[in-house]
Amino acid sequence: MSEMQLTMNESKGTVLSSSEAKDNIKKEKVKGIIFQIMCVIAALFGIVSLGALLMYVIYEAAGWLDWQFISSSPSRFAEKAGVLPPLVGSSFVIALVALFSLPLGVGSAIYLEEYSKQSYLRRFIEINIANLAGVPSIVYGLLGLGLFVSTFNLPHGIVLVGAFTLTLRVLPIVIVSSQEAIKAVPDLQRHASLGLGATRWQMIRTVVLPEAMPGVLTGTIIALANAMGETAPLIMIGAATTMFTPPHGIMSSFSALPLQIYAWSDFPQSEFQHGVTPAAIVVLLVIILSLNGIAIYARNKFYQRNRQK
Amino acid sequence: MDLDIHKQFRVDIKEHIVRYIFFSFAFLSVITTVGIVIVLLTDSVIFFSEVSIVEFFTSTRWSPTIKPVEFGVLPLISGTLTFTLVTSLIAIPAGLLAAIYLSEYADERVRSVLKPTLEVLAGIPTVVYGYFALVYITPMLKSFIPQMSTFNVLSASIVVGIMIIPTIASISEDAMRAVPNTLRHAAFGLGVTKFQVTTTVVVPAALSGIVSSFILGMSRAIGETMAVTIAGGNLSRMVNWLKPGDTLFEPVQTMTAAMVEIGISDVTGDSVAYRSLFAVGLTLFLMTMVLNMVSQYIKRKYREKY
Repeated sequence: MSEMQLTMNESKGTVLSSSEAKDNIKKEKVKGIIFQIMCVIAALFGIVSLGALLMYVIYEAAGWLDWQFISSSPSRFAEKAGVLPPLVGSSFVIALVALFSLPLGVGSAIYLEEYSKQSYLRRFIEINIANLAGVPSIVYGLLGLGLFVSTFNLPHGIVLVGAFTLTLRVLPIVIVSSQEAIKAVPDLQRHASLGLGATRWQMIRTVVLPEAMPGVLTGTIIALANAMGETAPLIMIGAATTMFTPPHGIMSSFSALPLQIYAWSDFPQSEFQHGVTPAAIVVLLVIILSLNGIAIYARNKFYQRNRQK
Repeated sequence: MDLDIHKQFRVDIKEHIVRYIFFSFAFLSVITTVGIVIVLLTDSVIFFSEVSIVEFFTSTRWSPTIKPVEFGVLPLISGTLTFTLVTSLIAIPAGLLAAIYLSEYADERVRSVLKPTLEVLAGIPTVVYGYFALVYITPMLKSFIPQMSTFNVLSASIVVGIMIIPTIASISEDAMRAVPNTLRHAAFGLGVTKFQVTTTVVVPAALSGIVSSFILGMSRAIGETMAVTIAGGNLSRMVNWLKPGDTLFEPVQTMTAAMVEIGISDVTGDSVAYRSLFAVGLTLFLMTMVLNMVSQYIKRKYREKY
């Protein structure tokens, strides 16, 4: 630091003495440190708050979460209450969502990436998908209600309607992540395959899809984790907030874990507010976070494999 | 030879069929959009033949099931805007500062842990956030603010604000990381501090991305349903924004919460209340769509090209 050090004030035409300049520098440094601390706090604020809330909810769930809770039906007596029907309902619906959204999502992505290079149609469809991703989930519930229930005359609140509705909801996520995975396959491999005389579909089936599959699955699992937590669309299609028996087929009524949590969060009794509901929340979060964990693990594996190549 | 031609023909046919199947899959997204618009419009049109559009947009009372029934959407819009505003006041500063930290201060190792952890915030279901707000946050706030109602805007806004932080942070961070280092180095060369480089060079250069992330975050808050249904109360009313207590500590009903209330009631498929769902849904859909489009437009139009 020489005496010639000038501060920002110089631009205003005043030249500062060296002691004033040093003072100013010190002030700026303090400002910088305070700002950095604020940034750290902002970055940690959400994480720490959520962490505290999660720890508390686990603590409250601890005495309630046992095999009896997993294997029983909801009850108005807290010690008899359980989550079997909504747990089966959620799993059933999500399995169907996986079954529908994987082929539809991957197929869409293949069309956009492999068949429609840079056409207006492609741009149109892509803008459409981007817009769909921003539509509030409750609006998808209205779509399901108006289309599947009112127009196709399917019954209210059945497994199939729930699965259709959530499939439309998560499809944009599956398509976009599948596109990313397909884009990451190097063109060299496509050219090699086509050069050997493969048709386009043969090339996609034997080269692009196997290579892109881990990325596609990662995106699909994340989408399924999202679908698992969806509540509002299921309410709109008339899914029950409480069911005492698990669904036995695609045409039977169902409840889902988030719906049961919503129903219980209204119960005024302390055993429900601070026992049964936290236990159900922990069950739901364990499923969602493990799905996310599997997705992240698969992605890391995938990147490691690619790096070794 | 003949056989080969047949085989070639079959392969060609298969190629075409595969192509059209995939096209129809991709086109499903267009059909979905059209489906949403048609479904919302059909019932809305019938609704507006039963309830005048003037009443819908000017009446300050929303009472779809309790007589005398009245369908004024203004209280719901008032509730939604209140909730969105308070949520933004929490999510925007936190999201922006978190983005600055990730982009400008954190080293690669911290960033690689912090970023996915932040994403977890957006992955927690909103019904769980709603429970947290009602059962944990409100009682805690009540011990400081005794006049606070059991159902209130502030608690719901805090949890949804936390949920939206990653949306704002990740888009803003992308925008800031796209600012080339030459700009930063040029500023450092003039002898300014890191704080000044960040606030006078990086943030202004990334402003289009940052603003578009704010708008997207607000659009998320407008469409948010469960947290505000559980913790925000279901009291449709006009909020007086000049009174902070009335804005923050009292219950409201948002458009989404009003839809859930009709959704879980025994309202049948052939009633005005049922069709009012679609009129409110259409209003909500248009509001979020306009915001999403503005967000995308700002991002495209004002992006600095380096």
